[in-house]
Amino acid sequence: MEFPQLEYLRRRRCDSAVNTEQKKLTQTPLLKIWVPWMGCSLNRRRGSSVPQFCNSPTMIVMVGLPARGKTYISKKLTRYLNWIGVPTKMFNVGQYRREAVKIYKNFEFFKPDNEEAMKIRKACATAALKDVAAYFSKEQGQVAVFDATNTTRERRAIILSYAKERGYKVFFVESICDDPEIIAENIKQVKFGSPDYVDRDIDEALEDFSRRIECYRASYMPMDDEEDRKLSYIKIFDVGSRYLVNRVQDHIQSRIVYYLMNIHVTPRSIYLSRHGESELNLLGRIGGDSGLSPRGQKYANALATFIRGQNIRELKVWTSHMKRTIQTAEALGVQYEQWKALNEIDAGVCEELTYEEIQENFPEEFALRDQDKYRYRYPKGESYEDLVHRLEPVIMELERQENVLVVCHQAIFRCLLAYFLDKPADELPYLRCPLHTVLKLTPVAYGCKVESFFLNIEAVNTHRERQAGHYGQKKPYLNKKSREKKINRKQL
Amino acid sequence: SVCMTNCPTLIVTVGLPARGKTYISKKLTRYLNWIGVPTREFNVGQYRRECVKIYKSFEFFRPDNEEGLKIRRQCASAALNDVRQYLTEDGGQVAVFDATNTTRERRDTIIQFAEQNGFKVFFVESVCEDPDVIQENIVQVKLGSPDYTNCNTEEAAEDFMKRIKCYENSYEPLDEVLDRDLSFIKIMDVGQRYLVNRVLDHIQSRIVYYLMNIHITPRSIYLCRHGESELNVNGRIGGDSGLTPRGKEFGKKLSQFLQTQGISDLKVWTSQMKRTIQTAESLSVPYEQWKVLNEIDAGVCEEMMYEEIQDHFPLEFALRDQDKYRYRYPKGESYEDLVQRLEPVIMELERQENVLVICHQAVMRCLLAYFLDKTAEELPYLKCPLHTVLKLTPVAYGCKVESISLNVDAVNTHRERPEVGISLEAHRRAHTHPQEDGSVWPDMAFSPRAFSSTGCTVQASAFLLTHGVNLTPNPQHSKHPTRK
Repeated sequence: MEFPQLEYLRRRRCDSAVNTEQKKLTQTPLLKIWVPWMGCSLNRRRGSSVPQFCNSPTMIVMVGLPARGKTYISKKLTRYLNWIGVPTKMFNVGQYRREAVKIYKNFEFFKPDNEEAMKIRKACATAALKDVAAYFSKEQGQVAVFDATNTTRERRAIILSYAKERGYKVFFVESICDDPEIIAENIKQVKFGSPDYVDRDIDEALEDFSRRIECYRASYMPMDDEEDRKLSYIKIFDVGSRYLVNRVQDHIQSRIVYYLMNIHVTPRSIYLSRHGESELNLLGRIGGDSGLSPRGQKYANALATFIRGQNIRELKVWTSHMKRTIQTAEALGVQYEQWKALNEIDAGVCEELTYEEIQENFPEEFALRDQDKYRYRYPKGESYEDLVHRLEPVIMELERQENVLVVCHQAIFRCLLAYFLDKPADELPYLRCPLHTVLKLTPVAYGCKVESFFLNIEAVNTHRERQAGHYGQKKPYLNKKSREKKINRKQL
Repeated sequence: SVCMTNCPTLIVTVGLPARGKTYISKKLTRYLNWIGVPTREFNVGQYRRECVKIYKSFEFFRPDNEEGLKIRRQCASAALNDVRQYLTEDGGQVAVFDATNTTRERRDTIIQFAEQNGFKVFFVESVCEDPDVIQENIVQVKLGSPDYTNCNTEEAAEDFMKRIKCYENSYEPLDEVLDRDLSFIKIMDVGQRYLVNRVLDHIQSRIVYYLMNIHITPRSIYLCRHGESELNVNGRIGGDSGLTPRGKEFGKKLSQFLQTQGISDLKVWTSQMKRTIQTAESLSVPYEQWKVLNEIDAGVCEEMMYEEIQDHFPLEFALRDQDKYRYRYPKGESYEDLVQRLEPVIMELERQENVLVICHQAVMRCLLAYFLDKTAEELPYLKCPLHTVLKLTPVAYGCKVESISLNVDAVNTHRERPEVGISLEAHRRAHTHPQEDGSVWPDMAFSPRAFSSTGCTVQASAFLLTHGVNLTPNPQHSKHPTRK
């Protein structure tokens, strides 16, 4: 539901109230976005480095028997969408059920003839839907992932009508799998650790869970080519071997489909490392394109030894286009690929300055950066937010690949790490990514195991802590509420 | 960019006549070439037309026409031969084999051919039963085909429908079960629904994403630059200046022009530079700002005049004229970099309907090259004058272009392709700058860029190291404000 005219009318009203002299553009100090004169409070257009493509909120509705990867997909999708800047939240109906029915006895709860339980389960679904509505209207959410089995057409019809009344778009994601090995692996990875089975032994849990699945099977109505031809959905078969995609409505659904078609569950590890210590690092200067210091060269050699020791199958190595990452990769003695997208954040006019010099020459810029390090854009440079945008193809390709070593830079490392560890925007620019340390990320269950290896070669510390007094500081221009107001207006 | 494929890929279309196979083939080829993947299409119908000079009637396609079948098989073989040549010897990475390929037997032949040569195969099937869509297809591209130059419209349409019938009986669509080991996408009803099976690698994933975003709803794309800017008038490149009075006049004229066009639901996109935003402001409609639409970053040459660049960086200046597409400004970008950052814009333009993009000279050249299928050599010299709107309307297999000058004077910012480049020896010398201490600093313009994983990386980096890469940055290459 787009109302571009409203935006236009608001401007007309504002224009007549404001002297035409004052209609010139000004550049917002933090984001460095050109906007019409800020004096008129009605006229504040939200600028951002990324166009906003969501107008109506979207509900992503999972469909599938238990142990088909619905929660795995939901969590991963939510993490991805939040990282690229689309406020997304997951609503797991199982969680609501666990809160309603404090203690899980056994599969009998899920029997289709268990009237009492049916009532509770329906109430939980309704409660979750209500929270979805609150997320959209009060918390400026843009996407809600409704994670439940939703295996009957009846349940899906309830969700569809709920969404229709409120003007939400609905996109179904169905996971279909009959490979007993995959299902057993699923159960092992995530069900045994579930709060439902905390006091059971493995065989008991497996037996109970299998009977739970059976409870759903009789009434399972998969999305149908004919009956559901008017709905928007993707059907994922056998963990991505095949997909059926129907009626993609808009940009965000197209991005979601692309993402879902690129992820896989093959075990693998991703190694993240910065380049070895550089000459400019030693001088305390940011940016630039210098080579490695002697210690940095030592690190490159140590990295080669470390990687060989890890015995990694078919490792891909990626670097940026900057000398220091390339020199580091050279020591590995294997082929590597260079991505311009992995280049360090462009500090614009502050390139190759020390923090002291920046504070001296650009005191306002220096202060603004500390106010909102994620969105702050260097004059003629970039922001972390811009970085995330340019790193998205890297993340997409990392999802497709298996074992990869990425040799990059501090700000880049932080962005990639934030994606894998689901860190929000205000924590991202302060993540610790020291030199001469390799992080090994291994996807496990619903998240990522992190192992940190410091290769025992001293280096300078390039980390700048979050400055005191800037935690959740409520500056009138920059506070969360007024930013959200802008989003809200745009959404209208 | 990253290496897309290790072995070449053969894309094979599948479908009855008039299902959009050639439309998809040409569009996909254009897109892949634009993003830098050397691609060529091989249309078997073309081979048939060369073989059988004169097309008589649909009878040629009858399944019981032995003579016809022999010729058609020969044409397919000839085309496959050319595919092999292109992919193994001519540096091609993707070949699009455009034919009906409606029988499993024909497809098996192709699969064997690919296996023998080490090519990956990806099928693109188009299935459509909507008679209106098929009719529109026929009207748009078949009636004008060389096969029907001497027929009137009714005759041609009737013959073509009979031609389709010839294929229908033996048509074996790709099957979920029988073909489960093949990699393919089945496009149903012009993109309503897709079935995607076994995507093997990056390039196939990109192809699927692209095919799922294109549509055939009639629409127009308007491209224009910002109004004339202050720096334009001073003959300086880049920067972030505002509009001159003439530039503002253009904004007003643009607004009037758009109203005469009567476009429904026009989206307006700008960059994040002041001059495009000021231009959009005159339109009094909402617009979206894209950072990726920003003008090419000229690095150390920002806000300089061409004469000043020639004075201060004569080597850079000469190098740029040698290969304007790949040349990267020191601490800046190349056209090649631009294309990469504009790819999401192209993808979104494909999804959208009526859009006006207000951008910059280099950016507009890249976008135009995509729509008009211009090569990397031509791209940096495309004419994109100020105060002129280009209206692009997809039609048949290409794009109709209307150039509308809004009659507001402006400076000319176009630099023609120069006649003479520097000699090869000077070119080689240009790779290095000897320093006082005897070490040698390699030219930033040719700093190693993306390579395929075939060993080039090692060579280029070895060059850096054996030439004793100078650790102190060249003071000339500084973005520090005092330079100005």
